[in-house]
Amino acid sequence: MLYFILRRIVLLFPVVIGLTVIMFAIARLLPGDPVALAAGPNATQAEIEALAREFGLDQPIWTQYANYVAGLVQGDLGTSLLTRRPVAADIAAYLPATLELVFAAMFIAVIVGIPLGLVTAVWRNRWPDYLSQILAIGAISMPRFFLGLLLQLCFAMWLMWLPLGGRFPIILIPPPTVTGFLTIDSLLAGDMNAFATALRHLAMPAIAMSLSPLATIMRMMRASTIEVMSQDYVTTARALGLPKAKIILKYVARNAVSATLTVTGLYFGWLLGGTVLVETVFDWPGLGLYATKAIISQDMLPVIGVALVIGLLFVLANLAIDLLYGVINPKVRYS
Amino acid sequence: MAGALLSIRDLHLTMKSFDGEAHVLNGIDLEVRRGEIWGLVGESGCGKSLTGLSISRLVPSPPARYARGEILFEGSDILTLPMRDVEALRGKRIGMIFQDPTTNLNPVYRVGEQLVDVALAAASHDPSVLDCAANAGRRERRRAARRLAAEMLGRVGIPDAKTRLDNYPHEFSGGMRQRVLIAMALIGRPDLLIADEPKTALDVSVQAQILKLLKGTVADHDIGVILITHNLGVVAQTCTHVAVMYAGNVVESGPVARVIEDPAHPYTRALMAAIPTKESRRGSLNGLGGRVPNLIAPPPGCRFSPRCPLAQPDCTRAVPPSVAVGRDHWTACLRAKEIEGVAHV
Amino acid sequence: MTQITDPIPADTARPRGDGLRRAMFRFRQSRLSMIGAGMVAVVLFFTLFGGLLAPFPEHVAGGVDTANRFDAPSLAHPFGTNELGQDVLSLVMAGTTVSVLAGFGVVLIGSAIGTLVGAIAGFVGGWTDEILMRLTDLTLTIPGLILAMAVAAALGPGFANMVIAISLSWWPGYARLVRGEVLAAREEVYVTAARAIGAGPGRILFRHILPNVLSPIIVKMSLDMGFAILTVAALGFIGIGVRTPTPEWGTLLSLSRSYMPDYWWTAMAPGMAMFLAVFGFNLLGDGLRDILDPKARR
Repeated sequence: MLYFILRRIVLLFPVVIGLTVIMFAIARLLPGDPVALAAGPNATQAEIEALAREFGLDQPIWTQYANYVAGLVQGDLGTSLLTRRPVAADIAAYLPATLELVFAAMFIAVIVGIPLGLVTAVWRNRWPDYLSQILAIGAISMPRFFLGLLLQLCFAMWLMWLPLGGRFPIILIPPPTVTGFLTIDSLLAGDMNAFATALRHLAMPAIAMSLSPLATIMRMMRASTIEVMSQDYVTTARALGLPKAKIILKYVARNAVSATLTVTGLYFGWLLGGTVLVETVFDWPGLGLYATKAIISQDMLPVIGVALVIGLLFVLANLAIDLLYGVINPKVRYS
Repeated sequence: MAGALLSIRDLHLTMKSFDGEAHVLNGIDLEVRRGEIWGLVGESGCGKSLTGLSISRLVPSPPARYARGEILFEGSDILTLPMRDVEALRGKRIGMIFQDPTTNLNPVYRVGEQLVDVALAAASHDPSVLDCAANAGRRERRRAARRLAAEMLGRVGIPDAKTRLDNYPHEFSGGMRQRVLIAMALIGRPDLLIADEPKTALDVSVQAQILKLLKGTVADHDIGVILITHNLGVVAQTCTHVAVMYAGNVVESGPVARVIEDPAHPYTRALMAAIPTKESRRGSLNGLGGRVPNLIAPPPGCRFSPRCPLAQPDCTRAVPPSVAVGRDHWTACLRAKEIEGVAHV
Repeated sequence: MTQITDPIPADTARPRGDGLRRAMFRFRQSRLSMIGAGMVAVVLFFTLFGGLLAPFPEHVAGGVDTANRFDAPSLAHPFGTNELGQDVLSLVMAGTTVSVLAGFGVVLIGSAIGTLVGAIAGFVGGWTDEILMRLTDLTLTIPGLILAMAVAAALGPGFANMVIAISLSWWPGYARLVRGEVLAAREEVYVTAARAIGAGPGRILFRHILPNVLSPIIVKMSLDMGFAILTVAALGFIGIGVRTPTPEWGTLLSLSRSYMPDYWWTAMAPGMAMFLAVFGFNLLGDGLRDILDPKARR
C-alpha cells in the first residue's frame, strides 16, 4: 500500500520535467513579445531591454530553462511580468478559491448525479428515463459560460437573490484563513453571516460548473448500474429472495459507484483546467482568472506555474481515486 | 407419497428478438417430488436453464412471454401468483444455485454479510429460520443470522467457518466458493433446490465433491432437487430421475437407470452414443449430425425430426405426445415402439 | 465425462448488407439520434449558406446602423440589434460558418495527428511506443483550455491560429484510442495473412489495420465535434481567437456581457446557437456510438 503510493509519487518527477519542457517550449519558441507588452506601449527600446535583462529573458532559452528548474527545486516558480510578484505566491493566493469552486461543483455533481443515475437505471426505458437522458445530453451540451450568464441574468439581475460575482465583498471582513476555503473558514470561526455570504457567492459559479459533470456522472452511473444489474450475483440475490430495495441500494449501488469513480477523478482534473470560463464570467478570483490575465498579456511564467500545479493536482486526484477504489472494491486493494 | 412438490405442465415460453418471436419452451412437462433429484439435460440453448429460471419467475418479461401452461409449486401456480408472493418463495421455499462460482458472489461484500442478508430475508417470511425470538431486535436477529451462517458454512464443509465469514469471495478457491453458494441457497431451508451448472467445465474432482454434498443434503432434509447440466455422466452418478430436453421440449423422462440403460428416444440414444467409452477408438467420437433448429421458425411436428435417423413423414405433422414406455418412463416419439428393437444408432 | 458439443450457431456468417440494415434499423429506432441528425443537417446548412441567407448581409460584412441601436426583438429583428445596430440574427447565422468550420478543423487535425501517433506507437511498439505514449500522457495532464489559450495568444489572432492552437491539445485522446485498437488488430488473422503474403509494414498499417479501426475513430470524432465547437466559442469568449468584425458566437456572447441586463437579447441568439449546435452533434454522436461501437458505451 505504502509502496504503491510512494511509487506513484516518484513517478510524478518525470511528469513535472515533461510539463515544464513542453510549456517552456511553447512559451519561448512561439512568436510574441511579452516583454514589450509588459513594458507598456510607450516604453523605449532601452527600457524594454532593461526589463528583459531584469527577468533574465535576454539569455538563451537553455539557460532560462536551467534557471527555472533550479528555482523550481526550491519551490520558486519565477516572477510574473504582469504582477511583478513571485508566481508561487500568486498561485498560493488564488489556488484555494479555485479548489473551493471545484470541490463545491464536484460535491453537487456527485450528490445529485449518483442517485439520479441509479434511479434512472432502475426505471430504464420508461419516460422519466428518456427525459433524463435528453436532459443529460442537453446539460453536457450547454456552454458553461452561457449558463453562467443566464444564471446571472436571472438570479442576480432580475430576481436579485444572489450576488453578481466575486467571492467575498471587500467591505466585509473575511474569516481568519485556516483552510483557505471561505465557507469552511467561516464555519470554523463560527461566523454564520460570513458563511451565508460565502455560500451565496459560491452558489451560482458552482452550479454552472457542476452541470456537465453531473450529467456525465449520472449517465455513467446509469450505464454501470444497468451493467451491474445484469451480473450473476444480482440474479443470485434475487433468486434467494433478497428484497428489491436492498438489492438495489446495497448490492448494486456499491459496485456501480466503484465504476463511476474513475470518471469522477478524470472530471476533477478537467474541472480544474476548466474553471477559466466560469471564473471569467463570475469574476471569481481563482487560478483560471489569473492564468487568463497572464495569457492575454503573454506573461508565460504564471501560465507555466498554473499548468504545473493543475497537472500535479490532476495526477494526485487520480491517485486519490485509485486509493478510494481500493476501499470500495476489496479485490483491487493490493495491486 | 404425497403430491408433487413441483409440477410443470405444458409450459410454453416465447422470447421476442430482432428476427421475430422465438418459441424457446414448447410444452414442458415435469414433476418433482421430495427426495428426488432430477437431472435436466440437453444441449446449450435447449431451454433447460430457462426452465429453471421460470420456476422462480426470474426470466425478464418482456422480452419473455408465457404463452401457455402452469408451474405448480405445492399446488399454487407461480406464473399467476402476485410478484410479492413469488418473492416470498425465493430463498425461503425455493433455493437456487447458479454454480459459476466466479460470478455469483458479490465481490465487494464479505461472504458472511451476503449469507446473513439471505438468512434475514428468509426470516422475514418465516421467523423460525433463525434461532431466536420472533420479536427479537435487529441486532439480535443479525447475531442469530451470523450464527446460522457460520453453521451453514461448516455444514457444507468449509473448515474454520467462523473466521471465514469475514473473508471476501476472492479469498476463497473456486470449489470453496461453490460451497458458499450452496450454503447461501440452503440457509433459508428451502423445499426445492434448483442447481444450474456453469457453461464451462469445472475441475472434475471439485465437481464430484460438490455433487456428493448435494446428494447428502437431499437425504438429510428430504427436499426436491433439479440439477441442470449438459453432462450425462453427472446425471448418471447423482440423479434419481432424468429429463432430456431438446429444442424446448422434454423428449424423454424417467428414472435414471431406465433412461440410460434403455433410452426410448432417438435423441437420447444419440447422446449416449456420443459418450466415449473405453472401447471406442481414438478419433471416432460419435457426434450428432446437423444442428439445433432455429426456434423462430422451428421445424413442424417433432423438432428433432430433421436430424432423426428414424424420421417418417408423420413425424412432421404434430408434436408427438408423450407415451409411457415403462414405469414412470415417458418419451415423446412416434417411433418409440420401433426403437426398442433397434440397435443403438 | 462427456460434454455435448455445442453446434455451430446457424447465423455466424451474416452477409455484410444485413449488418448495415440492422445498423440503420437501430439508428432509426433511436428517435434521439434522428433528431440529432436533423439538427446537425440544419447546422451544416447554415455553415454553408448562413452568410448568404442572413436578412441583413451588410451587417455581416461589418456595416453599422446607429439609428437602430439596441432594438428589442421585433419582426424585423427577431433577436434584436446590438450596440452597433446590427441585426443579431444575421450575425449569428453568419457565425455558424466560423464556429462549425473551426470545430471541424480541430477535430480533423486532432484526429489526424492522434491517429498517426497512436498507429505508429501501437504498430511499431517497443521504445517508440513508450516515448510516444509518455508524451501523450503528458499532454493529457496539461489543462487543454489553458494550453489552447496560451498557444493561441502567442500565435496571435486569426482563424487558422485558433484551430492550430486547439488541435494541439486535442490529439492525445485519439492517440490512446487508436493505439489500443491497433494493438488489438495487429493480432487479427487478416493481418497475419497479409504479412504472410509479403505485404510491407506501411501497406499493412494503412490498407489492413487502419480501415478496420475506423469506426471507433468516427464515433469519437462525432462526439468531439460538439466539444470542439464549445472550445472555439470559449476562446472567442475569453477574447482570444477570431477578431471582430468576423462574426463568431463566443465573441458575440462576450461582447453582449457588457450590456446586461437591459439588452439581454444580444446574448440569447449566440448562446442558443451554440447550445443547439452542440446538442445536435452530441445527440448524433451518442446514437452513432451505440450503433458503430456498442462496447464503448460509457
